[in-house]
Amino acid sequence: MKSSDVILQTTSKIVFFVILLFAIHLFFEGHYRPGGGFVGGLVTAGAIVLFLLAFDIKTVSILLPFDYKWVTAIGLLISILTAAGSIVFNVPFFTHTYDHFHLPLIGETSLHTAALFDLGVYLVVVGVTMTIIQTIGESE
Amino acid sequence: MFDTILYVVMAVLSISMVGFLYRLIKGPTVPDRVVALDAIGVILISMIAVFSMIMRTSAFLDVILLLGILSFIGTASFSKFLAKGVIFDRDRNH
Repeated sequence: MKSSDVILQTTSKIVFFVILLFAIHLFFEGHYRPGGGFVGGLVTAGAIVLFLLAFDIKTVSILLPFDYKWVTAIGLLISILTAAGSIVFNVPFFTHTYDHFHLPLIGETSLHTAALFDLGVYLVVVGVTMTIIQTIGESE
Repeated sequence: MFDTILYVVMAVLSISMVGFLYRLIKGPTVPDRVVALDAIGVILISMIAVFSMIMRTSAFLDVILLLGILSFIGTASFSKFLAKGVIFDRDRNH
């Protein structure tokens, strides 16, 4: 049966990017204020679920051609490498450092190595959530 | 004076939350429960807004946005499930 959800599809095409922007905002707001990799990953998974709702599994797998198990693995690798990088500098495991930089356009910012660890957490959360949802959503 | 008004609003919102919880548990049909869940999301958003006015902080505004997004996706998926009986189509054109 061919169905057409014109309103849902048109809305989701716009709202997807709004949610994605909000997820990036949440990701970079972490560490000093509420936010971080975990919430950002969950919101990103929510945006992909909205696409899955409006379209179908086949279309979304063409739009976002990721194997989410690989995404999880790459995220874990980034997290472990960032955490283990502190051993090289002869400080305890999971130690993080930060410094203040002057970036063009943004201005004075403090860059943390914890953000790299958070990127790994983000990828793991997106991968695990989407794997669970796709496994449940598959019929037969 | 202003704080008193805010506390009164909080009490009224809590009472209406109890009403929606009654509809969520008792609700004879599934659409009743879905509408109750959606309305509970709206009440939660407004309670957080009033709470952040009481606390004089803007730290909870992100929570309001997040709850709005989650409530939108939840309501959309529930209504698709009620309308079609399936949430994720395998292939829409077959």
